[in-house]
Amino acid sequence: MKKQWLLMFVVVVMVMAVAACGGEEEAETSAEESGGNGENDPAVGNESGSVTIAGSSAMQPLVGAAAEIYQEEEPEANIQVQAGGSGAGLSQVAAEQVDIGNSDLFAEEEDEIDAGELVDHRVAVVGMAPVVHPDAGVDDLTSEELIDVWTGEITNWSELGGADEEITLVNRPQSSGTRTTFVNHALHGEEPAEGITEDSSNTVRQIVSETEGAIGYLAFSYFDDSITKVSIDGVEPTAENVQTGEYPIWAYQHSYTHGEPQGLTKEFLDFMLSDEIQETLVPEQGYINVNQMEVERDAEGEETSVE
Amino acid sequence: MIPIMQTTEKASERLIRKNKKLSLKNPERNGKVIVYSAAFVTILATLAVTIFLTQQGLQSFYMSGINPLEFLTSTNWNPSGSNPSYGALAFIFGSLSVTVLSALIVAPFGIGAAIFMTEIAPSWGKKILQPVIEILVGIPSVVYGYLGLTVLVPFIRDHIGGSGYSLMAGVIVVSLMILPTVTTLSADAFNRLPNGLRSSSLALGATRWQTVRRVLLPTAMPGLLTAIILGMARAIGEALAIQMVIGNTTILPSSLLDPAATMTTIITLNMGHTTFNSAENNVLWTLGLLLLILSYGLVMLVRFLAARRKF
Repeated sequence: MKKQWLLMFVVVVMVMAVAACGGEEEAETSAEESGGNGENDPAVGNESGSVTIAGSSAMQPLVGAAAEIYQEEEPEANIQVQAGGSGAGLSQVAAEQVDIGNSDLFAEEEDEIDAGELVDHRVAVVGMAPVVHPDAGVDDLTSEELIDVWTGEITNWSELGGADEEITLVNRPQSSGTRTTFVNHALHGEEPAEGITEDSSNTVRQIVSETEGAIGYLAFSYFDDSITKVSIDGVEPTAENVQTGEYPIWAYQHSYTHGEPQGLTKEFLDFMLSDEIQETLVPEQGYINVNQMEVERDAEGEETSVE
Repeated sequence: MIPIMQTTEKASERLIRKNKKLSLKNPERNGKVIVYSAAFVTILATLAVTIFLTQQGLQSFYMSGINPLEFLTSTNWNPSGSNPSYGALAFIFGSLSVTVLSALIVAPFGIGAAIFMTEIAPSWGKKILQPVIEILVGIPSVVYGYLGLTVLVPFIRDHIGGSGYSLMAGVIVVSLMILPTVTTLSADAFNRLPNGLRSSSLALGATRWQTVRRVLLPTAMPGLLTAIILGMARAIGEALAIQMVIGNTTILPSSLLDPAATMTTIITLNMGHTTFNSAENNVLWTLGLLLLILSYGLVMLVRFLAARRKF
C-alpha cells in the first residue's frame, strides 16, 4: 500500500511538471498556428490561411460581420473573431498569441503594454452619449451640468428643470473603455460618483429605461425609444456632429497588430478600411465611418483637424 | 522468497495472478489503471488550480507592490485612477453578507422542506417536492439573474424602496439558487437516520413533532449543518445572477436596500478589460485566491462536521 502511494505521488509530481512546461508550449504553438499562414500554404499575400482576432466585446459584432462578408468573398480565408475584452486583446496581441487585438482604448493608455511594438489600425469610430429615463424631462445639458450630475453635485432632476426625481447613476466598471472615453471627453477627467455598475450595454439600457431618474451612457448603436438621448451644449449626438468634431464623446475602435501586418492580416485590415465596409456595414452597425472624420485624436486626447 | 510466497498464497490470488501478463487484455489491470488515472486527474486538477491561483494571486503583493493590509481592510477601490488604491473590504463584506444572509434565509426553508419530505409525508411529499427541487437545480443561473432583473428589482423599487438594485435583491436571488442544494442534502441527512430512532421515540409515547424536534433534529444536526455550508459554498461562488441585480457599487452598503458588490462580480466585470500582469489584473487574481481560501475553509468545516456525524 505504501508503495502505491509513493508511486501515485511520483506520478502526480511528474504530470504536474509536464503540465507546467506544457502550458508554455501550448501558448507558443497557438501563436504559431495563428501566425497568419495556412498550415500547408506558406504563400503570403494569398487570401487563404487563417487570422485570429481577439479583444473588445463592443467591436466583436462589427469585426465579426466584416469577417463573414470577407470569407464569403474569399472562401479560402479563415478568420476567427473572439471577444474577451480590450485588455485581453491587447495582452494577447502583444504576446503574439493572436494576429489582431481589438481595443476601445489606445494601447498607450495601458501601462503594461509596450505600445511601441504595436501598430494601430483605426477601423471605425464609435460615438457615445448620456442617456436618461424618458420621464426625467431632460434632453439637453451643458458640460458643467453633466459633470455636476455625474460627480453627485446635483442629485435631483428638478434642479435642472426636469421632473422631481432622484438621479440614479448607471456606471461602467472602472477598467472599461467606454467609461474611460466618457470620463475623458464628457466629464473632462472628473471621476464619477458611485452608482450602479454594469458592464453590458444592453443591461445599462434596460436599467436606464426601467429606473426612474436614471442616467447612463451608451454607444449610438444602442439608442432606441426606451431611453432619451441627451445633447451636450445643444449639440445632438449624431454621426455627422461627431465627424465634424462638434460632438465630443467618441472613440476610435482600434485593431492592433504586432509589427506591420502581413498576408491575410493586412488584406483583412485593408478590407475593413475600404469604402465597401466603411460606407455600408459600419453605419449599419451604428458606428461612424473613420475615413470621413474631419478631426483626428491622438493617445493624449489632443484633437487636430484633418484636411 | 518466491517459493515461500507461493506456498502462503491463497488459491484465488494465485488464479488472478496467473492472468497478470503484460497485455492490454488484462481487465484487472486495465480497470485499476482507469480508476487510478481518474483519481490522479482529479487530484491534479485541484492541485494545479490551487498552485496557479496562489502564484497569480500573490503577484499583486510582490510584483505590483500592493499592501496586503490595505487590500483587506480598506474600502477605497480605484485601481484605474492616476493614484490607484486597492481596498477590497467592500467586496469581501459583500460576498460574506450575501453568503451568510442567504444561508440564514434558506436554512429554515430547506430543513423544513426536508422534514416534510422525509418525516411528514414521505410518499407524496417526495413525489411533488423532489421534481420541484430538481427543476430548481436545473435552471441556469443567468435565468435566475434575468428574472431578478425584470421581476424582483422593480418589485423592490416600487414596494420597498431604493433603486431596487440592492444587497437584498442579491440575497433573495442567491437564496433561491441554493435552496435546492440545502433541501436535498438535508433530506439525505434525515434519510440516513436509522428507523430505530423513530420507532423507539414513538414507542416511548412521543408525538411525531416531539420525535422530530427532540430526537431527529439533534441527531441529524451535523448533516444539516453540512447541507447549509455546502449551500454557502455555492452562494459565495455565484457571479452571473448576482451581478445582474446587486448594482455592483464599490462602496460599503449601509443598508439592505443599498447596492453592493461581491468579489465574484468585481472579477467578472473587470477581467476582460484589464491587461495581463497589470496591477489591476493581478488584484483580481488576488480576489480569486481569497475566494478559493474561503471555499477551502468551508470544505474543512464540512470535513470537521462529517467526522462528528453519528449516522
